[in-house]
Amino acid sequence: MASRSILRFRKLCYVEPVSSPSVKFQSFQTPEVEKTDDSSVEKKQWKRKKQQRGWRCIDSCCWVIGYMCTAWWVLMLLYHSLPVALTGFQVPESPGTRLKGEGLTALHPVVLVPGIVTGGLELWEGRPCAEGLFRKRLWGGGFTEIFKRPLCWLEHLSLDNETGLDPPGIRVRAVPGLVAADYFAPGYFVWAVLIENLARMGYEGKNMHMAAYDWRLSFQNTEIRDQALSRLKSKIELMYVTNGYKKVVVVPHSMGAIYFLHFMKWVETPPPKGGGGGPSWCAKHIKAIMNIGPAFLGVPKAVSNIFSAEGKDVAYIRAMAPGVLDSEFLGLQTFEHVMRACRTWDSIVSILPKGGDAIWGNLDWSPEDGQSCDRAKKGYLQSTSGDNNFSHNDGNRIFQVKEPVKYGRIISFGKESSQLSSSQLPRLDLKDLIHKDSATNSKSSCGGVWTEYGEVSSESIRRVTENKAYTAQTLFDLLRFVAPKMMQRAEAHFSHGIADNLDDPKYAHYKYWSNPLETKLPVAPDMEIYCLYGVGIATERSYVYKMSPPNKCKSIPFRIDGSADGEAGSCLKNGIHFVDGDDSVPVLSAGFMCAKGWRGRTRFNPSGIATYIREYRHKPPASLLEGRGIESGAHVDIMGNVALIEDVLRVAAGANGAQTGGDRIYSDIMRISERINLQM
Amino acid sequence: MSFLRRRKGKAASDSEPPSPPIGDESEKEKEPQTQKGQQQKQNHKKNGGEKPHKWSCVDSCCWFIGFICSIWWLLLFLYNAMPASFPQYVTEAITGPMTDPPGVKLRKEGLTAKHPVVFVPGIVTGGLELWEGHGCADGLFRKRLWGGTFGELYKRPLCWVEHMSLDNETGLDPPGVRVRPVSGLVAADYFAPGYFVWAVLIANLARIGYEEKTMYMASYDWRISFQNTEVRDQTLSRIKSNIELMVATNGGNKVVVIPHSMGVLYFLHFMKWVEAPGPMGGGGGSDWCAKHIKAVMNIGGPFLGVPKAIAGIFSMEARDIAVARAFAPGVLDKDVFGLQTLQHMMRMTRTWDATMSMIPKGGDTIWGGLDWSPEGYCNCSAKKVKNNDTNGAVEKIVNYGRIVSFGKDVAEADSSKIEMIDFRDAVKGNYLANATQCDVWTEYHEMGVGGVKAVADYKVYTAGSILDLFHFVAPKLMARGDNHFSYGIADNLDDPKYEHYKYWSNPLETKLPNAPDMEIYSMYGVGIPTERAYVYKLTPSAECYIPFQIDTSAEGGSEDPCLKGGIFSTDGDETVPVLSAGFMCAKGWRGKTRFNPAGIPTYIREYDHAPPANLLEGRGTQSGAHVDIMGNFALIEDVLRVAAGATGEELGGDKVHSDIFKWSERINLDL
Repeated sequence: MASRSILRFRKLCYVEPVSSPSVKFQSFQTPEVEKTDDSSVEKKQWKRKKQQRGWRCIDSCCWVIGYMCTAWWVLMLLYHSLPVALTGFQVPESPGTRLKGEGLTALHPVVLVPGIVTGGLELWEGRPCAEGLFRKRLWGGGFTEIFKRPLCWLEHLSLDNETGLDPPGIRVRAVPGLVAADYFAPGYFVWAVLIENLARMGYEGKNMHMAAYDWRLSFQNTEIRDQALSRLKSKIELMYVTNGYKKVVVVPHSMGAIYFLHFMKWVETPPPKGGGGGPSWCAKHIKAIMNIGPAFLGVPKAVSNIFSAEGKDVAYIRAMAPGVLDSEFLGLQTFEHVMRACRTWDSIVSILPKGGDAIWGNLDWSPEDGQSCDRAKKGYLQSTSGDNNFSHNDGNRIFQVKEPVKYGRIISFGKESSQLSSSQLPRLDLKDLIHKDSATNSKSSCGGVWTEYGEVSSESIRRVTENKAYTAQTLFDLLRFVAPKMMQRAEAHFSHGIADNLDDPKYAHYKYWSNPLETKLPVAPDMEIYCLYGVGIATERSYVYKMSPPNKCKSIPFRIDGSADGEAGSCLKNGIHFVDGDDSVPVLSAGFMCAKGWRGRTRFNPSGIATYIREYRHKPPASLLEGRGIESGAHVDIMGNVALIEDVLRVAAGANGAQTGGDRIYSDIMRISERINLQM
Repeated sequence: MSFLRRRKGKAASDSEPPSPPIGDESEKEKEPQTQKGQQQKQNHKKNGGEKPHKWSCVDSCCWFIGFICSIWWLLLFLYNAMPASFPQYVTEAITGPMTDPPGVKLRKEGLTAKHPVVFVPGIVTGGLELWEGHGCADGLFRKRLWGGTFGELYKRPLCWVEHMSLDNETGLDPPGVRVRPVSGLVAADYFAPGYFVWAVLIANLARIGYEEKTMYMASYDWRISFQNTEVRDQTLSRIKSNIELMVATNGGNKVVVIPHSMGVLYFLHFMKWVEAPGPMGGGGGSDWCAKHIKAVMNIGGPFLGVPKAIAGIFSMEARDIAVARAFAPGVLDKDVFGLQTLQHMMRMTRTWDATMSMIPKGGDTIWGGLDWSPEGYCNCSAKKVKNNDTNGAVEKIVNYGRIVSFGKDVAEADSSKIEMIDFRDAVKGNYLANATQCDVWTEYHEMGVGGVKAVADYKVYTAGSILDLFHFVAPKLMARGDNHFSYGIADNLDDPKYEHYKYWSNPLETKLPNAPDMEIYSMYGVGIPTERAYVYKLTPSAECYIPFQIDTSAEGGSEDPCLKGGIFSTDGDETVPVLSAGFMCAKGWRGKTRFNPAGIPTYIREYDHAPPANLLEGRGTQSGAHVDIMGNFALIEDVLRVAAGATGEELGGDKVHSDIFKWSERINLDL
């Protein structure tokens, strides 16, 4: 139909050919036409002259653009008129449809708890520069505002530096409902696939709830400002009642896992600090918690983000807006701006490594010792070649690194210091340094971007680097030194230690609630806790830093030493040591609590809540048509993993952990946990 | 592929020797070809036999498209680069400085958010999305079927109608289809892109400090009957839980409820439901409303129904019931694509129980009998009369009580002269044309010629007898509707039968809750002619047809300006007549009556319609039209003041432009 009309049109507007570079030739041609002496011909001639004049570079451009547009439209038309089956990509039956075929239907209401950065934020009140953005998304969605007015955007996403709440005159709030985190950006799903599969089984708005919260705030502040925890409590109670007194299945992702830990403590604590649900609230309302890629013990990535705003991809900002983040883009100190904004977000502190040296290793020892980094790569090579007999105890087999990597040193300055033995390292008590020198480094000439580095003198920066290596414990001294305000603010909300005596009344304070090592799980023996996470991807674990070249306007004095590479097959690449994990969370952090900390009846789990570990080996998408893959193990992409979706669906439809198959482990998590010497 | 081949063919023909030039100018097609030939020759001469550059029609097309595209992009770029305040600047340059929106103004006065706000959207304005569908709706999961752009309506109309329809027997989902209301403020902030419903009000509330946690859109599936929203979606329970939560998290401040249109009835139903004991009710106890609700601010509420609903059910012809017609005129016009569009629409809307909640209630007592109606005179052009008093305002008696009459003469004749033949016992007969040919199901196909004639012979229907008419022409529909709605007036409200939920949405058959501190506002626009009664005629017989249609040739002319196109109009907001919107607050509930035993104070706030002064104002800031009133600054200011803590007295009490008190006087209802 379309082609026919084009043809007809072509016939109608049959215009004489004019070749683009032949302006000269046309002047040569005009006299010949004059032979036919007719008034109408003169008219024509004038017409042609006009045309000749017009045919220039612009016309070629127009021609090219028009050509492309047309081709694009034709392709679009063809694409749309094509039946789905013909795309050549046979869509495998989705888990939802399959399980429905097995007779499974919606039984338990489902609560989805999104993690950091994946939830959308929208503007409710702003400065004049944000006019017209009322109830438009600032975070999530198209991100067009970053490009249009980057400074305005950053200003509105930043929080108050003192309180960690809204700056005056600005209200940015979490988007509510399923749309909050179904897609992060157009076409980039987060929860959408899981939601769709749940819907196939019969779920809908009334028995599926997205517990959207403002992920920039500290957890307790989401309650203080937005009453997010109260709302979640009320929603769960409502769903429990309206769905025939069926307990809910909670599915937190990433940071949502510790947010929900916080919620469980909050809800059973008496008011005014807590929700006053009574000590059996969780037992009464929650069937299972299915943590996806949980960051229970924190992620090392958060360290580099706070330290130098450089995480490989924390906050996806870089991936989403590479142009903006490249330094000196538009002559602005982009990194500094981003750093300033990030440092007002308390929630980042919640995912700093928890448990100190006992969990993450000290200068000489780490639980992952002896693990090969090749393992991850080899893992998927094997699995792609069809060899699946890769069990967890042959991690040693491929062990080939000459000197063991000292993962415990989360930050070390210079590649050498990451490898030297601890006795050779210089020691320095950071506490001596704390701001004895508030030398004004006259950074004001650089446009007044505030990062706390401006208040640290170069002398003390030098001395920081002299300490050479920092472990998960000393790291906090370092962070307190370089970002005193942020840590002071955030440490009122989060704690990163290990409790000696959980019955100490001080642990009733809310700052301990999100740390699994400083809280007890609720008394709910029928509840189940799952740790579902991907393995087989190299994940950031520790960093090699260097000082940035001194630069008047470069106010971040450290950066990852991208030149520090190990030999082939080593764990060190571009200044980052890698371990097994899901690209964001190392196996240690995601799996330890379910593997050991909460397994059986421990002091962290007094009622003996059953825990299950379900690992999903990463398999990259076979072809481009598969998009982000249906067997991915990556931190966010795992939400589209069919095996994971099936597990979630089965539990939602009533199965328990044993029926879904108990533990399924590919990584070394059990051995790693063994080596951690923690009193249970 | 075919493109390429054709072009090659052209190239071949171009190389043929040119035909001699022809003088005839009209042969445009040939001429350029000859010139082309000449040019080609020269081309050959000049470039020494080099392959010629082709400039064919395709290229011009491409050039043209490219040109358009570039300009479009340029404009788009300019538009995006334009400072955000530019349109406002232009508007101000033309119309003078704009008044501050109410939110800004009241914020300067120091008002801040106090009471949480609950919005209850009306019929058709709420969005619906697909959760499960048949094969033809592939890829529409969680996409809006209703609201938004209505893109699917054009792409796959039959599939759309199929999914929007409900089950004909139960009034619930058909098997395999789940269409659910969109939740959250987005459910009804905009009906279609750029067509606001609640958005302006929301924006102004936000200016004085409201946000998600203090605003709640009680969206519900407006197609199904009120009680079924609870049965299927537990919507009423969710509203209850959300109101309780908002009161608890906002320091015990009660909520201000703002229902619009049918939402008014829905919220009446809710107030009865929440205090009724389970399992039929919400079990909130008899003081739930007193504890949780500060005020109910009804906007354009059809408390007593709208006559438009009659035309909608009877012949699917209401001027704009279900704004669908306005949005999809092409689809609804008869026989596009050779389909029976109107019949399809009729079949779809007849499965929607909710339309029945708006059938006029109260019968002849409220809406008038054969010779009498509360309005009495035609003053639909009241405003005009006011403007030229010299006219003396000759008002003509109009028999508004005759809601449906067959023929204009009947509508105006004296009642004694009308020969009414009772249709109730008439044999419906069998419709001869086999109904299978008409694959569209409307109940008219089960009705024979005799039935149609019997209906027409009765000549005149009042609000009371119209119900009998519906039972006659659409028995299945009414059988379903009778389980969920009632249209009468209660003699004795203490009769235990009124505990049934079908009475809850009828203000004449329920008592208001026992909440003396609560306030009820009735806010509506006046000054727009509103449908009140219809002149019908029989449709010329055809294969599959709706046997009745509005007689659009019935014009009142200058002596009877209220009759236009077969429709008698009265004062109202274009959809709801003043009588329906105002009567309960003007008389039925005023003071301590049997419908309002606790003596809840009521206030009437009318907003005189003023059309937008120019195009730049969009839908106007002083509109009184049914939906556009949501952007009326005076109304928004009232809502904001109440939400910030003011009472009805502080607001100024009643503000009345119409004759509502006079009309209410004439209604003889035992209070």
